[in-house]
Amino acid sequence: MADVAINTTSRSAKAGSRARPVSGVRKFFQKKSTVAFFMALPLILLIAILVVYPALYSIHLATLNKSMQRYVGFGNFTFLFTRETFWMVVRQSCLFAITAVIFKAIIGFVAAHFVHNVPANKQRKWRGMLLVPWVVPPAMSTLTWLWLFDPSYSAFNWILAHFSIGPIPWTGDTGWARFAVILVNIWAGAPFFLILYLAALKSVPEQLYEAAAIDGCNWWQRVWFITLPMMRNIIAITALFSLIVTFANFDIVRILTAGGPLDSTHLFATWAFKLGIESSDIPLGASVSLFMFPILAIAAIFILRDINQRGNEAS
Amino acid sequence: MTRRKLSRRQFLATTAATSAALITAPYVRGAHAAGKLSMAFWDHWVPGANGVTTKLVNEWAAKEKVEVTIDYVTSQGNKNLITIAAEAQAKSGHDIITMPTWWPHANVDQLEPMDDIMKELIAQNGKVNGTVEYLAKEGDKWIGVPCTTGSQIKGPCSRIDLLKKFANIDVQEMFPAGSPPKADNWDMDTFLKAAEACHKGGNPFGIGLGETSDSVDSAGAFLLAFGGELVDAKGNVTVKTDAVRQWLEFYKKLMSFMPPDVPAWDDSSNNKWLVSGKGAMIMNPPSAWAVAKRDAPKIAEQCWTHPFPKGPKGRFAPFLPFINTVWNFSPNKSAAKSLLTFLLQRSSAEQQVAASGGYDLPAFEKLLDFKTWAEESPPKGTLFSYPDPYHTQTLSIAASPAPPKIAQQIYAQATLTKMCVRHFQGEAMEKTLDWAQSEVEGFMRT
Repeated sequence: MADVAINTTSRSAKAGSRARPVSGVRKFFQKKSTVAFFMALPLILLIAILVVYPALYSIHLATLNKSMQRYVGFGNFTFLFTRETFWMVVRQSCLFAITAVIFKAIIGFVAAHFVHNVPANKQRKWRGMLLVPWVVPPAMSTLTWLWLFDPSYSAFNWILAHFSIGPIPWTGDTGWARFAVILVNIWAGAPFFLILYLAALKSVPEQLYEAAAIDGCNWWQRVWFITLPMMRNIIAITALFSLIVTFANFDIVRILTAGGPLDSTHLFATWAFKLGIESSDIPLGASVSLFMFPILAIAAIFILRDINQRGNEAS
Repeated sequence: MTRRKLSRRQFLATTAATSAALITAPYVRGAHAAGKLSMAFWDHWVPGANGVTTKLVNEWAAKEKVEVTIDYVTSQGNKNLITIAAEAQAKSGHDIITMPTWWPHANVDQLEPMDDIMKELIAQNGKVNGTVEYLAKEGDKWIGVPCTTGSQIKGPCSRIDLLKKFANIDVQEMFPAGSPPKADNWDMDTFLKAAEACHKGGNPFGIGLGETSDSVDSAGAFLLAFGGELVDAKGNVTVKTDAVRQWLEFYKKLMSFMPPDVPAWDDSSNNKWLVSGKGAMIMNPPSAWAVAKRDAPKIAEQCWTHPFPKGPKGRFAPFLPFINTVWNFSPNKSAAKSLLTFLLQRSSAEQQVAASGGYDLPAFEKLLDFKTWAEESPPKGTLFSYPDPYHTQTLSIAASPAPPKIAQQIYAQATLTKMCVRHFQGEAMEKTLDWAQSEVEGFMRT
């Protein structure tokens, strides 16, 4: 604020000394908001080209018939409501995203505590190692998982065979295939939670824990009454971000199971690809992918509203 | 500065001289006088196969004075499908694009008719097989030309030793190299008995039942051999027929003799099954054998590619062609057609087949006698029956003869293999048929 006041004063002083009126256009370009807008313009254009235009185009595609020659309005959406597979995909996407996000959050929370308690000079090493699953390109790491889960030559089954267990049809049975795709998603995504929770943990004032210790609080009470309330906003935000990314996941399912067996691991994105690209029904594929939007929008509204409410209570 | 005035006489003389020079001057043909041509060809699995295509294209380009750009687009991760979809949407891209099976029909409105060159090629190379007619023709109009590279039959590749040992079947005697087959007994019963015997012997057949093309192709060929179809050529749903029921029963038995994980198999699983030495038979073009030749030579020595078993309606084998097409927005259609004609000359096709080690199959009947298939080894003659030189099989594609736009949905969404898996996993036959009927009815939307 002080900077602004000083700048304004000096600017008006200069203007006064020259005694020349500042033109409207010049004033406009000197406004902070204008400068900010122009600085953000490249990003805005990038988003418009890569996000807004494709989004609008997919809405347009979703309103066309299969051969893309006729406008059918909501015809594709109403058609999808009549398909058994569509409802299966809705259920699976919810199951996949919610289960994966919950486990990622729990694992991230626990791991963040462990790393937080590691002596400071060794923390970097642990942080680096634990971030590896998140840093490796998912397509590459999922290929490794695919070999581990391979129907015929699974490394896991080879190990289990030594204990006379299995073989387990990791990707051949509905239940196991769902477990496999969720597991890989958790493995790849938990470090994201870990790193954010670790940052949040570091920002919790140490005095609160000291006061709690004086009051005789045990570990659980410290977590429940101090850590969790202090981290509520970051937990909500990470959960929202992760929910969006997990819901829209494509690579893990595509590589690991391609949606099988019997479509039992398809998510919106993979099923949209199956319909749109592999079956040459681009309008229907576009319609399936658009279903993600309202579902995620509702989740975002609830989570952000909660954060806002708490922000208001705090102020 | 003085300004020189041009007299009327001078103006006329200059104009006349310029016009005369333009008209009468010798036409100087530059290196790329006939323009530019870009093409997206399928990126071949076989190392070196792209090189021969490049050589042929360059040879043609030098002769025709055309500047060419070749992109080899892989089908890994369906990159070729994404490229086709993107170019179709953008109405811009390559002049020539290689499309797999169903895609010419899916993009029919944007493709240049090929009647002129197909007439010429058929006159020269003989008839094309029925699958190519089904996939590359709309009504009487050709919308693409069958491509030699990548086109394949996914027939049985059997282990000579294991079939002899467990099922008492000599595949080399049934389908000898160099002479007509003696395979009257090679029918569904014999096939099932062999599958059972090899399963008991510890080397089961490996026929996938996943959702990728190898699995779907086998299921489709068996269905046609039983006389079944989910949708007929006129577009009527024909799911609930005895032929479909017989086929489901057949598959239920067959699945009990195969590894339990076949519903999760993809297109690489059967290859691995053969190369690992575990399997007595897979359904695949010779790529699996070629990998075995490199990685497991002892297994390759025991491989023999041969036709399908005969069903109540005959012997059917899946033929998967790639089809070269020209976008109707291409600025250089005549050059594109000239190149495609050149690539389907006998000598060009022969070079491509040789470069692929016999993997590539031309669709024209007079191009199926190249020496590559007879000479490839080990064992000598292992690929002799691959192009089906005695026409013992009807070449087909799963989900045919349904109208291609419906068939593509059945094929891509693996309705056939899903039916087999559902029924095998305990779902009642009629419930499976109800499910399939509902799915197929959903594919009818236009």
